Formats: sequence, structure tokens, C-alpha cells
Amino acid sequence: MNAILASERVASEHEALITLRRERINATLRYAVLFTVGLVMLYPLVWLVGASFKSNTEIFTEMGFWPSQFDFSAYVKGWKTSTEYTFATYFLNSFLIIIPRIIVTVISCVLVAYAFARFEFWGKKILFSIMVGTMMLPLIILRLPQYLMFKEFGWLDSYLPLIVPSAFATDTFFVFMLVQFLRGIPRDMEEAAQIDGCNALQLLWHIIVPLLKPAIISVVVFQFIWTMNDFMGPLIYLSTVEKYPVSLALKMSIGATEEVQWASVIAISVVALLPSVAVFFMAQRHFIEGAASSGIKG
Amino acid sequence: MAQLTLHKIEKTYPNGFKAVHGIDLEVRDGEFMVFVGPSGCAKSTVLRMIAGLESISGGELRIGSTVVNNLQAKQRGIAMVFQNYALYPHMKVYDNLAFGLRLSGTPKAEIESRVRETARLLEMEQLLDRYPKQLSGGQAQRVAVGRAIVKKPEVFLFDEPLSNLDAKLRASMRVRLTELHRTLRESGRPSTVVYVTHDQVEAMTMGERICVLKDGTIQQVDLPTVLYERPANVFVAGFIGSPEMNIREATVRAQGAGLVLMLGDVALPVPTVREAQLRPFLDRVVKLGLRPEHITTGAPKDVPITPVEGVLRLIEHMGSEVFVHFDVAGVPFTCRVPSDQLSGIERRARGERHSFGFQMGMSHVFDADSGRNLFL
Repeated sequence: MNAILASERVASEHEALITLRRERINATLRYAVLFTVGLVMLYPLVWLVGASFKSNTEIFTEMGFWPSQFDFSAYVKGWKTSTEYTFATYFLNSFLIIIPRIIVTVISCVLVAYAFARFEFWGKKILFSIMVGTMMLPLIILRLPQYLMFKEFGWLDSYLPLIVPSAFATDTFFVFMLVQFLRGIPRDMEEAAQIDGCNALQLLWHIIVPLLKPAIISVVVFQFIWTMNDFMGPLIYLSTVEKYPVSLALKMSIGATEEVQWASVIAISVVALLPSVAVFFMAQRHFIEGAASSGIKG
Repeated sequence: MAQLTLHKIEKTYPNGFKAVHGIDLEVRDGEFMVFVGPSGCAKSTVLRMIAGLESISGGELRIGSTVVNNLQAKQRGIAMVFQNYALYPHMKVYDNLAFGLRLSGTPKAEIESRVRETARLLEMEQLLDRYPKQLSGGQAQRVAVGRAIVKKPEVFLFDEPLSNLDAKLRASMRVRLTELHRTLRESGRPSTVVYVTHDQVEAMTMGERICVLKDGTIQQVDLPTVLYERPANVFVAGFIGSPEMNIREATVRAQGAGLVLMLGDVALPVPTVREAQLRPFLDRVVKLGLRPEHITTGAPKDVPITPVEGVLRLIEHMGSEVFVHFDVAGVPFTCRVPSDQLSGIERRARGERHSFGFQMGMSHVFDADSGRNLFL
């Protein structure tokens, strides 16, 4: 009897060992695959940072990302640019577009999303489907009519064509995102606030906006990155170099001289990346906070 | 001076569904009125119409002497406690309480004193600096009640406020809320309360009067004891009381000079005083109702009983009392007896026969079609 029990125990221990080993092999494989794929995806970025310290010849002859020397002269040269302005001007220009645009986007999109999510009005369903429909529309087809329109307004070579459309909640993706977020928030709090004496706008300001905070932060981050990276808009509407944002200035530094100083272009590209990366990492905590605790407990 | 008057109140939804069918009800000033009914009986809808969160399709609603049909929620002088508390998650408890007062432009010093006073009343002064997510269920519940009290409303509305709490906490909050209502009354601040629940125990213990609702119509409005002892119809009889009343079909027959109710081949005599009321139903099927505590397992000396032979199915021990499930002529019955008056039934095996005592003097008879209580 005891012998049977003992042999059974040995067998089960053996089985446990096999399971343990299999799990270890699985984990190793999993991490190896993840690491490889991650490296492949990140490598261009790593290479970019490395290349910003290299000389022109080294960029095209060396495969590795590690530079032979850390030479910051490319950054200095790139920052000065071949124009009369430094990149400080171009960064300032970018922020002059981005900041007003984010403000009007958040205000208009929250208002429109609030209406769609919380009010009953005539034609609501059809209007909402039209709005979602415009998300499918390739934006490039609107460029020509928009250009003609802004030309009539006399807004060419100003930032207005890049900012004003956002004041009318034309970034429908954000409206859609906010509506979906609002639909997930129970209405009790709004009803309680209604009884406490809020009118529709007070409700929006005191209750909805604080609850929407994580979604609004997402809107800010996306709009920041997209506007920072926007090339087409500024290219079409801006003609004075003094008003160029970073994206256009970068392009200009490639074509301006006969022999392209690749290291400078790359160095400035790295600098141009920093604001977006910084904004993303600053906001990341709020993304997580928003997802983890909505503060609504049953 | 906050009497609440509902006159032929109706609710029809845009899709044509009629949820509330002309309700007439008067809640007196300072009264604790409970709306009770199964889910879907429109009790919450009526409450939300009183609160102004739901439009009124027909009829007239008065708070005090003012018709409030078309007034907004904030103009009605009400406060509401929601089932899941609906605290503002981004505000501290203090601000949750102060929010409504700030909106109405109350001076800062008065807000401060009223919030502190309310916190003292509800013993939650130590919670004022916390956020809602740092509160336990019972604490959040108290804050929700505090948010209603601090406004000094004319009418308090409660929408199943205890149903998210565990059983133990629910029982203690039940007592707290009832005491709070009496305390406010004694301190010269009588408050009219409308309290919605689906739990008949809450209704019976808390309500000064109870309004039983079913499918958007009022079944009966009365004192808890009257509801229990003299239910207006078969629905109220079945809904109020736990374990629920035994309601079984029986046929009225003449036997000798009197009447009997035939339950299969078992004859149960109709009390002499009730005979006149049952005479018109001779040879017709009616519903016999008998509460579990009006069936005994022995033969007590002091109450008149009709001995009935039953087959034992199951005994449930509840501590101080015992629920006995048994069949009479194939029809299931439940009786409820104190643990010290079991008369030997606890030694019987499942399927054995035992003599039960039916107190027919306490029975009710309902119309089989309309459900009306024929003894009223």
C-alpha cells in the first residue's frame, strides 16, 4: 500500500517537473519572439538617434547604430538652419498652431459629443451617421474646395485655415470617441446634479467634463501629435518661411543646399520628435488612471 | 407643509407603452410612504416623475399646493437618494454635500455650518475629506443620504437606496434611516419621504404607510398591519409576508347548514361569520389564502383549528422558528411554527403523515378571476 502511494507520488512529482520545464521553455520562447519583434520595430528609431552623431560618409557606410564618436556639431548646425531663422522660430510656430487648435478642438468636440450622447433632438440619428460617415472620407478630396474657400476669406499664408476648422468639431474621430466614452458613464450623477440645481451647461462643466478627463487627455495627445506631424496643411496654406512650422522646416533643410547634410537633418528630426514623445509620456499616467478607476462603484 | 398629491398620474413612453395607469395618491406632510412592488411595476418611474427626471404624460402632481408638472427638478424642493449613490467621484465628501447649496447661492458660512451639522447627524465627520472611491458601501450610502438632508428639502425621495448593501448592513441602515426620519420629526423638521423598494421586509419595517404597486396601478395603500391582516386582493396577500401566504384554489360547497371549501377531497369549514359573503360563490372555484403562521403542527387548546392530514415534505430550521413544507391532497402548503411548539413533527420522516391544524378563522378567500378579497 505504502509502496503504491510512494510510486504515485514520484510519478506526480515527475509530471510536475515536466510541466514546470515546459512552462519555462514557453516563457523563453515568448520573450525571445517579443524581443526580436520589438527590436525590429524600434531599430529605425535607435538608428536615427545613433546616426545623428555620425558624419555623412559614416551614415552611408556603417550598418550599426553606434557612432564612432559623439559629435554634437550636427545638432548645432541643424538648429541654425541654412535660413535666416533658427529652429526656435519653427518650434514656436508649431506651438502657435498646436495650442489654439487643441483648445478649440476640445471645446467644440466636447460640446458636440455632449449633445449627441445626452440630448434627444430631431434628426439626431441621421446627423450622427453622417458625422461617422465623414470619418471614412479621404481628407485630401476636401483640400481643393477648402483652399478656394480660405482664399476667398483672405486667410492664405496665415494659421487660420489650420486652426479655425477645428473650432467646428470637424475632427469627427474625437467626437466619436467622446460620445462612446460618455455613453459608458451612468446618468445617475447627472440626475443627482440636476436635482441639486444644475442647468445643462453647469452639468457639462461641473460633472461631465471632470468625468471625461481621461478621454479629453487622449484628445489632447492625439491632436498634439497629429498637428505636430501635419505636413500637407502647412505646405498648402503657408508661403512665408518665417511662418513655417517644424514639419515644413525639416523638409526645407533637405532641399536648401546642394549637398544634403544628413547628420543635421537627422539631428533635427530627433529634436522634432521630442515634444510628441514628452506629451505622450506625460499623459500616459492619466490614460492608465482613467482606465483603472472611474470612481463609479456599484 | 409638503404634502404630495398625485392625481390621475399617467406615463406613456414614446413607443406607446403605457407604464403608469392613472395613479391617485396622497402622501401626508411628514409621512414615511413606501412604494413596493415587483420589478417592472413602475414604482421607480413614479418616483422619477415626482423628482422631475421623467416627464408626466397625464394627470396632476402637487407638492404642497403647487402644481409641479412642468417645473424642473431643481424647482420642486426635493432631494433624491439613488440606488448606486451617484456621488460625484471627482469631489470630496464635503464638496458633494456642498455642491447643491453652492449652486443655489447659499452664503459660504451657512454652507459650512449646514454641512458640518449634517455630518454630525449622520456620524460621518471624519469622512468629509475623503473621495467617494475611498468610502465603503455603507459610508457612501450615508454620504448620499447626507447630500439629500443638507438641502433641507420638502420631500425626500429614495430609490432602492439599500439594495447595493450586504444583508447585515442593510438591516442596520434600515433602522438608521427610520430613526433619522423620526429624529427629524421630533426636532421640528418633519420631512415627507417617498421610499421605493422591492423588498417587502423593508416596506413593512420602514413604512408608516405602504403603497403596493403592480403593472403601473395601485393595488392597496394602507398601514403595514392592515396590508398584512386585510390584503385587498390576492396580489397584495401574496406579496406581503415571508414565507408567503398559502394561496390555493378551492371549491365552495354546501355541507349540512354551513359552507365548506373543498381542497381535493379535504373539506375545510368556512367560518360562520363569513358564510353570507361566500354564499353567492356556491359551487364555484375561489382562492383560499392562509398565512403560514395560521397553520399549527399540533392541537393548541386556545385557538380553534380544523385538523387536516398532510404529507410531510421538508422541514427548514430558521432558529427561533421552523418552516414546514407539506402536501394536503397533493397541494403544497407551508407552515411556520415556533421551535418550541413543534409537537413532534421534527421526528417524522419525509413522506410520513401528520395532522396539521388550519385556523380557518384567520383565512381569506379571494375571487378566482378578479383576485378581490371576498371577506372585506
